[in-house]
Amino acid sequence: MSEAGAGKGAPLLKVENLQGWYGESHVLHGIDFEVREGEVVTLLGRNGAGKTSTLLAIMGILGKRTGSITHAGRELIDLPPRRIAREGIAFCPEERGIFASLSVEENLMLPPRIAEGGLSVERIHDLFPNLKERRRSQGTKLSGGEQQMLAIARILRTGARLLLLDEPTEGLAPVIVQQIGRTIRALKEEGFTIVLVEQNFRFAASVADRHHVVDQGRVVDMIPAEALEDNKDRIQAYLGV
Amino acid sequence: MFELLGITPQVLMGQLLLGLINGSFYAVLSLGLAVIFGLLNIINFTHGAQYMLGAFVAWMLGAYLGVGYWWALLAAPIVVGASGLVLERLALSKLYHLDHLYGLLLTFGVALILQGIFRDAYGISGQPYQIPDLLAGGHNLGFMFLPNYRAWVVVASVIVCFATWFAIEKTRLGAYLRAATENPTLVGAFGINVPRMIMLTYAFGVGLAGFAGVLAAPIYSVNPNMGADLIIVVFAVVVIGGMGSILGAIVTGYGLGLVEGLTRVFYPEASSVVIFVIMAIVLMLKPEGLFGRSA
Repeated sequence: MSEAGAGKGAPLLKVENLQGWYGESHVLHGIDFEVREGEVVTLLGRNGAGKTSTLLAIMGILGKRTGSITHAGRELIDLPPRRIAREGIAFCPEERGIFASLSVEENLMLPPRIAEGGLSVERIHDLFPNLKERRRSQGTKLSGGEQQMLAIARILRTGARLLLLDEPTEGLAPVIVQQIGRTIRALKEEGFTIVLVEQNFRFAASVADRHHVVDQGRVVDMIPAEALEDNKDRIQAYLGV
Repeated sequence: MFELLGITPQVLMGQLLLGLINGSFYAVLSLGLAVIFGLLNIINFTHGAQYMLGAFVAWMLGAYLGVGYWWALLAAPIVVGASGLVLERLALSKLYHLDHLYGLLLTFGVALILQGIFRDAYGISGQPYQIPDLLAGGHNLGFMFLPNYRAWVVVASVIVCFATWFAIEKTRLGAYLRAATENPTLVGAFGINVPRMIMLTYAFGVGLAGFAGVLAAPIYSVNPNMGADLIIVVFAVVVIGGMGSILGAIVTGYGLGLVEGLTRVFYPEASSVVIFVIMAIVLMLKPEGLFGRSA
């Protein structure tokens, strides 16, 4: 995969020959891709292809990893998760990770600010009005869609400019999926860089600049948004839909 | 004078006060255990020995350095907390990925070693520790005599329990602790130093045991077995309140102290087992404890 990230400017995130393991199980077999500042790129693929594992490896959460992950030119491969977060990378997990013992407001305020430029609470409430109304509720008492909004909202406060979103639309009603799509486009306009893992191809197509197809722990193809229409069959073959 | 079932108010209030004092120690000790279990998932069997260590540090500060009660009340928990910090870094931190049983065995072994060292050095007869002058004497309340020091123990424990509860339930730091209890990996991925937080939490939890030890020193003789006698009851309190529940540890600690006191009035033969009977009933009806969350 040599053409990943083809374009002008130095990449904000560069992943090269990323190998990863869960215990003894080798799950990533040389992931390569790049993301430039301000881009939204997706990792697409079937279940078990290695998309989520790639995000976990970037955040340092995967058990063991080798290869190279650079963020703004700085190597991350040997850093623990807390140091990677402090480099300006924020992660929104697939299971959302809302804390049951914390209120909505406490969940929102939990991640510490790691840099200037994070969204203010007022701006977050503009994006997600439900969170303001329900700020005193227990985090896990929210609906699935509200929990997803909270999971995204809390990483926007931190000042991180690279967001890793793992299946943010999974299991949500179409109207909520549309709202999350609007949010991602708004974040892109505000200059955030986003790596999005998605199974919902229609949703991914509506927000991303480029699509990386992951299969058996490797990036096997990259399709720019403008070439999507001509390559629908190819994508559908990859995704098995 | 009012009597209930032939029990005079003096006897009733005296036993209730005794129950409240015992409850104060149960509450502070079970609070420390709950904090530690909640975040570290370690059943800290060293807790009784750390309580004893607090009392001994206070006594040694006085006997060898002439340090009085009030400075000892500040210094001893810090010393005990620092010893916990070393224990966590050198031993407990190596066990987090293993079954609970390993932590339990390690802390049980450390407790035996600590008790053995102090038994060897100071014997089992116990060392006297003077009540500070400021708290000597007492007040006649009409229906009972209230010793000042015992009233102080209750007040001090309530302050410490409330402050700890407030810090954990109402502050940003407490939110980090509660979140790390649920999902330490994700909290780490937010940029929070979870290993350091775990280390300091353990030190704080055992510092609470040290604090309780200093409070106990003037009431009970300072002896190597003082923690071993108490810790089993405190574990029962934690189980009844709900493992890891902060509010459960506090409320159950005071409540069971009072229940024990009342039992001593009405059916003295059962007073030493009443807490364990309640524990058995709670485990049968609500295994997660009165304040615990079901799995």
